[in-house]
Amino acid sequence: MADLSSAAETRASRRRWLLLAPALFILVFAAAGPLLITLLYSFLTPGDYGGVEWQASWQAWFNVVMERDIFDDTLGWSDAHLSIFWRSVKLSLMTTVLCLFFGFPTAYFIATRPKKQRDLWMLLIIIPFWTNLLIRTFAVVELIRAEGTVNTLLIWLGIIDTPIQMLFTEFSILLGMVYVYLPLMVLPLYASMERLDFSLVEAGYDLYATRLKVLRRVILPLVKPGVIAGSILVFVPSLGAYVTPRVMGGGNQLMIGNLIELQFGQGRNWPLGAALSITLLAIVMVALMAYVRAAGNQEPHRV
Amino acid sequence: MVFAQVSGDVEKTITGGTLKVATAISVRNLRKVYPGQPPVVALADASIDIKDNEFFTLLGPSGCGKTTLLRMIAGFEHPTAGSLTMHGENLLELPPYKRPVNTVFQSYALFPHLTVAQNISFGLEMLGKPKAEIRQTVDEMMALVKMTEMADRQTGQISGGQQQRVALARALAPKPRVLLLDEPLSALDFKLRKDMQLELKRLQMETGITFVFVTHDQEEALTMSDRIAVMNAGEIRQIGNPRQIYDQPAERFVADFIGDTNFLPAELIETAGQTATIRLSSGKQIAARAAESGSQKGKVTLAVRPEHASIGPEAEGLLAGTLGEVVYFGTDTHYHVALEDGTGFVVRQQNRPDATAQFSSGDRVGVHFAPGIGQVLKD
Repeated sequence: MADLSSAAETRASRRRWLLLAPALFILVFAAAGPLLITLLYSFLTPGDYGGVEWQASWQAWFNVVMERDIFDDTLGWSDAHLSIFWRSVKLSLMTTVLCLFFGFPTAYFIATRPKKQRDLWMLLIIIPFWTNLLIRTFAVVELIRAEGTVNTLLIWLGIIDTPIQMLFTEFSILLGMVYVYLPLMVLPLYASMERLDFSLVEAGYDLYATRLKVLRRVILPLVKPGVIAGSILVFVPSLGAYVTPRVMGGGNQLMIGNLIELQFGQGRNWPLGAALSITLLAIVMVALMAYVRAAGNQEPHRV
Repeated sequence: MVFAQVSGDVEKTITGGTLKVATAISVRNLRKVYPGQPPVVALADASIDIKDNEFFTLLGPSGCGKTTLLRMIAGFEHPTAGSLTMHGENLLELPPYKRPVNTVFQSYALFPHLTVAQNISFGLEMLGKPKAEIRQTVDEMMALVKMTEMADRQTGQISGGQQQRVALARALAPKPRVLLLDEPLSALDFKLRKDMQLELKRLQMETGITFVFVTHDQEEALTMSDRIAVMNAGEIRQIGNPRQIYDQPAERFVADFIGDTNFLPAELIETAGQTATIRLSSGKQIAARAAESGSQKGKVTLAVRPEHASIGPEAEGLLAGTLGEVVYFGTDTHYHVALEDGTGFVVRQQNRPDATAQFSSGDRVGVHFAPGIGQVLKD
């Protein structure tokens, strides 16, 4: 009897491992593995033509925020890197806030349409997603470049004489990122608003709450999970954005993603690139933890 | 529990010997049409005067427009035409958050992110009442609906009946002049519903607030209301107190919808005031009530309540027939009789231990009812 049950247990546990195998495979080879390799490379010496020398070194980590002056060999903060970090965090935060600003009314509008129309509206939001990111970004470039649609139109209307320099500025990066990531905000917001019981909104009006108060006291607390999810979905890829700042920012408005690419490419400093990647990961994690904690603490929330 | 009297507006003046109470809500030719092919008429020119301190019920089957009318009073729907005033003030100009009415929603619509106490205080906070007053009112309200111990519970953690009470307390807390209740008891089970009916009636009397109650449950309407408006297909068919509605239904729909009714084909011979003489299919004549004098002579329908009729030997009855099913209900027995003219007739007789005549299925029986008890209906 005891033998039988233990044999059954062995079979059951083997089955469990078998079922877990695909998930474990992905976790090991697609997540943990590459991350460990990146971590390892960040502690090695750069090779002359890219790659790494198998020689332990702290240099890469040191170079993430510090640098040694070429002439007098004094230690100092790496202004270039710090300003890139700052720009990345700033632009990502602004992207998130702007996406929320434009995405919230959009999602609310769609969620309040008759059921049959909603899918059509959602389709319109999602369609740009079917186009390649690079092509979408170049479409925005076409709009705002010096001889582009917007400048041509403004000159033709006589509002300006010379084209406004919009491309290759932080503004253009921001515009591009908001455009690209807006659907990522609208989708989770819409999902939580669609589930919103609109009789609660009516109850709010019925209990003397004005439109603004209904928004603040009833709708916002109830769609908060959507706001949090959308903000994370926009903030995280914004921080690591590569294509948009590269195309819209030209060469002089780098973000972390571009800096990392530079190290693995022209810079031939793989360890520094690896250390920067880990730094980006750390920034994202710290930002997320701070955000989720702050958002979760505001009000008691039903589980 | 002292509520601020709706002073000034309540004009209790003696006019012609009767006590005249001021009108709380006046609905005049209110109409709601939803565009479409063809357009849907949700409410067709409804006119009602709801008095102060009245328990007024809008009764009707689903889709009859009762909820539409309630939602227009609350301000969630806008009428296509007509006027709506409250103590003389035009309600249609006011957004819902400025109307001195509160609603108990069918789904309760309690805020899931707030506790019981926070739900009840919501309206008071929105009105900008001082903190101390809010706390006091919330305590009073929780005591009124017996929810004091549940103050800090989340609304998801309390039962349906308790949610109902919280919804009621939340709507009563701002001391509205009129409370609108949209089928508030429909989600409760039978026993709880009975308790809440009494509870609602008690609250209405204690607070003196005008209640406008929407339901499709005729029994609920009869037991709770001061007056009832029976609605069907967007129209108000009859307004009256429960006794008038039950005993003197104005038309076939009302008689059919409220309680059980037997409909007999008959012929109107003559009318004198509210009394009519009719001839039944058996040829016998009897007096009946007519809704309005001077009704058209000729074919009419006579409505007789099952409990107003009795069953006896064939020779003694007004109408003869064969007894079909006999259904025993404990307190009473239902006798289904197939009359000679082909119509079915149900007699409901109270069961007494000293009952003499016993009939069983297949017997020839006579159906009898007293003169003046049947109601002549316009079809």
